[in-house]
This record gives sequence, structure tokens and C-alpha cells, in this order.
Amino acid sequence: MSEANSGISKSKLHGLWALTNRELKKWYKAPVVFFLTLIQPIIWLGLLGNALNLGNMFNPSLIEFPTITPALTQPQMAQLGQFFGGLGSQILTSTFGTTSYISFMAVGMIAFTALFTTMFSGMSVVWDRRLGFLNKVLSTPVSRAVIILSKVFSATLRSMFQAAIILLIAIPLGFKFGASFNPINILGVFAFLFLICVGLSSLFIAINIRSTRIETPMAVMNLLNLPLTFASSAFFPIDRMPDWLQTVAKINPLSYTIDGCRQLLINSTIDYSKLALQYAYVGTFALILTTVGIVLSWRFLNK
Amino acid sequence: MSEDAIKAEGLTKIFNHSLVAVDHINFSVKHGEIFGFLGPNGAGKTTTINMLITVLKPTEGTAYILGHDIAKQNTEVRNSIGVVPQEYTADEDLTGYENILLCADLYGIPREISKKRANELLELVELTTFKDKRVQTYSGGMRRRLELACGLINRPKLLFLDEPTLGLDVQTRAATWNYVKTLKKEFGMTLFMTTHYLEESDALCDRIAIIDHGKIVVIGTPEELKESLGGDIITLSIQKDVDITELVKKIPHVKEVKKDNGSYMIKSENGEVTAPLIIEALRKEGQVVTKLSLTKPTLNEVYLEYTGKSMRDAADESRESFFAQRAMMRRSHT
Repeated sequence: MSEANSGISKSKLHGLWALTNRELKKWYKAPVVFFLTLIQPIIWLGLLGNALNLGNMFNPSLIEFPTITPALTQPQMAQLGQFFGGLGSQILTSTFGTTSYISFMAVGMIAFTALFTTMFSGMSVVWDRRLGFLNKVLSTPVSRAVIILSKVFSATLRSMFQAAIILLIAIPLGFKFGASFNPINILGVFAFLFLICVGLSSLFIAINIRSTRIETPMAVMNLLNLPLTFASSAFFPIDRMPDWLQTVAKINPLSYTIDGCRQLLINSTIDYSKLALQYAYVGTFALILTTVGIVLSWRFLNK
Repeated sequence: MSEDAIKAEGLTKIFNHSLVAVDHINFSVKHGEIFGFLGPNGAGKTTTINMLITVLKPTEGTAYILGHDIAKQNTEVRNSIGVVPQEYTADEDLTGYENILLCADLYGIPREISKKRANELLELVELTTFKDKRVQTYSGGMRRRLELACGLINRPKLLFLDEPTLGLDVQTRAATWNYVKTLKKEFGMTLFMTTHYLEESDALCDRIAIIDHGKIVVIGTPEELKESLGGDIITLSIQKDVDITELVKKIPHVKEVKKDNGSYMIKSENGEVTAPLIIEALRKEGQVVTKLSLTKPTLNEVYLEYTGKSMRDAADESRESFFAQRAMMRRSHT
């Protein structure tokens, strides 16, 4: 065994794919886990999307007109119905940017899933530490940054896969693409998702990098999950929120991701300068947090 | 190439500015040697090994691994060593073969080489028939062997083994000993191991260091350490109630005589030679020996002498915590 590793060339990033693939294999090679990740968005979208189907509020066939209406003739009734229907779509469009609430919410759901999946990357750091795997990896010549990046990328790839599933199942549930939709826009949506997932999983890894207790990431998840979701434009537009909540939602990078994706998918027109700003915001978020994650990995993975 | 495989110089680790885990230790391990690191729990064994494998940074001092400074050249150190950790670190959801390939990737070994090596190593640790089974289905002994194979994937000259036989049954333990001996004999590897089992270090190690409270209390070959205790112990009883202490003391090789509850504890070198001499001398004085036993000192006595703690207690303690930890992990898995 004396012939050493001479002739083996290594890049700074060697091991990145191996570690990323390790995390992914735990997911796609475990049929139950894989099935659940497929079924979860279907349930959420099906349940929440239908339970909160705000569009039905303005469906004329579901509105019972008061008893003063017998004076009205049949055609007048039809006109009244049309009027309310039209008013309804006006309200929906001005509130949600589309008449289909499920379309509005499906995009929010994509971001919600991204948040949820990336939160688990913080947990897997703690697991690896507890199981001794982290120590083993630390004794190999893998760069410390690669250890963190592999967690980031595996969470990102999983989220992007789930996002694709959500979009696919949203279509039979009534998802309507906007007038300015172009299949190329899908790539733009995935670019947004890539950036937000990289940023969020770096954030959760950075929070948990020193933790040895599995309770810590769970507490963090419980604390941040709902506030981050509801203080964003995931289920309700920001400009209809009270001022204080608007302030929070306007800092929340999830809002920028969701609004950007809505522009690309469901809005009737695309405001390109706004879109650029949204990309810039989410991109900066991802860049800063990845840097923080890598710096912390140098600092804390070598104690 | 430097003279020693490992050379620690004033190696120190202080946690949180106050807890001194390892206190200025110096030792060296020669090439091709099996070096055993013994000590009670919390003595600093794992901290030392973690510093040597560059997982922890020393607070003060340093060590040279195959000539590379652990504080400054950690990539070189990491490339040249293999590590077999105490825990089962193989991924349960992957197969044995996939786990070895994952380890190979961490060392940046290209696939065409790593596939060949993985198969060789699986052959060596006798896991070839199970290579495509998920690690979940492996027994404890199989997992240990897989860890060993992973630790050898980069063909290290120096292998670190942290408690390699903890929690294993007798057969698997014996098999592990054989692997360790093979590695030394056939591949000329240097092995650094921590262990709780004294008979294990006695059977395997060329030299042993005992560490307690962060300091190395004694270092030497198992024979040297046993001899340092002052020889064998002969226990005998005689028929009549007379004091024979002075008489026995005159017999050659006898070092110390203690009367204890009507029997005598005699410390002597070469006890098997001294015992007949004692019987003979007593017979000449008209004394009849009714009972006699001869105890060769084991490392257990050595350990007790230097740490003031019986190894059995220490081993039990550590096994308990090990199983508690595993039970905890199993629970959280389900």
C-alpha cells in the first residue's frame, strides 16, 4: 500500500458531487420518502387551494340574491349575475393579479415548499455531527466549504424538483398561465428558486453549524416557518396587509421570489425593471448568506 | 521521510479557555509500529486523536504526522492518513459498495481507480457477498469492517483506529485483531489505536501509552510496563502461625513480602523460578506450605497502578454510554 495518491489531481471542489449525491440518494432511493415528497405538494395544493378558493366568493351561480329580486325579469337577473361576476374578476385581478386564486396560491406554494425543504438542511448538519459522519468527513481532504455547499445544493435540487411537481399538478387543478407567459419563463422561475434555496439553506446551516442537539434546528424551524410564510406574499398580496406587516413582508426575500415568479407565470404583463430588482434582491440574499455559511464553516468546522 | 510516523511536541488542547483536555503531551510513534493509547474516559484520548487527524486544532504545541505539521499542513496530513472512527459512520441508506466509493470521492480518487480498490478492500474485509446490500441490514461486526475498508481507501501509511472493537462480540473482535495484524505485516502500515480492552493492547500493540487527566503517565512496551510493577506475585499460606517474612526476604529475586490475613503476598521477578525456592527454604525450616498461587501481572494491574482506576470499570462505563447513544440514535431514526 505504499504507492500513495500520487497522480491524483484534485480541484478545490472535489467531493462536492459525492456529498450532494449522498444526500439526494437518501431521498430518491428511499421509496417512502420519495413518495411523500411527491404527495405532500399535491395535498397542500389540493387542500389549501380549494379550501381557500377566494375566486368562488364572486361566482354568480353561488350567490343567492335577496328576495327583493322577484321584480326583476329573467334577463335582468342574468345581467345582474354578469355584473357581479365581472366585478368579482375585477376585484380578484386587482388583488391577486389573476382571476384564478389557485394560480396565485400555487406560486406561493412553490416558495413555501422551498422554505420547508431547505429548513431540513440545518437538521442534517446536526445529524451528521451526532452520527460521527461529520468528523469522518473532516478528517478527509475535502474542503470545509464543500461540506456546506453539498448540503445547500442537495436541498436546492430537491426543492426545484418539488416545484416542478407543484406546477405540473396545479395545471389540472385550474392553474392559468398569464397572457404574457412564454415557456422560457419557466427557466426564470427555476433561477429564482435556485437563488432563494441557496440563500435559505445557507441561512439554516449557518444557524445550526455549531449545534450538537437535534432540538435546536427543530426549534428554529418551528419559530421561523409560519412567520416567514405569512409575512410574505405567498397567500395574500402585500399591499393589502397592515403597514407593520408590510414592512416585514417587504424585507422577506420570499416575497421577492414569489412576486417575481408570479410575474413570469400568471400576471398579464411583465414589468421588467421590477423583475430585475427582484432578481437582484434574491441574488444578493443568496450571495451574502452563502458567503456567511462558508466563512462560518471555516471558523467552526475546525474547532 | 522523517524518522517517526507521529511525533507530538507539547500537544495541548484547552476548551473554552479553561478545560485542559490534553496537557503538553510528547510522544513518538515509529514507522511500522502498532501504538496503543489507553486511558479512562475523559482522559483525553479522543481529543488527542482528533487533533492528530486534524479535526481539532491544537491550542498549543503541534504534532508531525509522517513529517507534516498538523497545524500548518492539514491537507497533506489528511491525504496521507486513514481514519476508522469509533462510531458507525457509514450511511445506512447506501450499500457497502456505495459507501466505499463515497469515501474514495472524498479523497478525490478517480472512479476507475476507486472501483478497483473498493472491490479489493471488500475482499480484504470479507464483505464482497454483501457489497450491494444496504448498510441498514449489516450486523455490528460487518459495519466495523466496512469502516475499516473506508479508512483504507486512500492507501494510508498511517491508520488511526478509535476504539476499533467497542461493542463487538468475541469472534468479531478476534477477526478485527487479525485484520490489524495483517495491515502491519503485509502492508507495513503504522497503526495508532485507542482501546479500552487491555488484553487487546497486550496482544496487538508494540508500544502503549497510558494517558490520564490529559497527561501521558507512562509509555513503553507491554512487557516493560508489566515489569515496571516489580514482577510476579506469589501468594502462599503455611500451616503454623509463625512469621516467615524475614526468612522469605533472603531468597533470591524476592523484592517485597507482605503479611495479609494469615497469608503472604510476595513480589518477585521470575515467580515460577522463585516459588520452588521458597517452598524448599520453608521445608528446611520445618514449615509446611498449604496453599500457593502465582499471578503474572497483566496490563490491568499496570493500568490500575498508573491511573488508580480499574479498566473494567472504565470499559463498562464506556460501553454503557455507547449503547445509550446508539439506542438514542435508533429511536430518533424511527
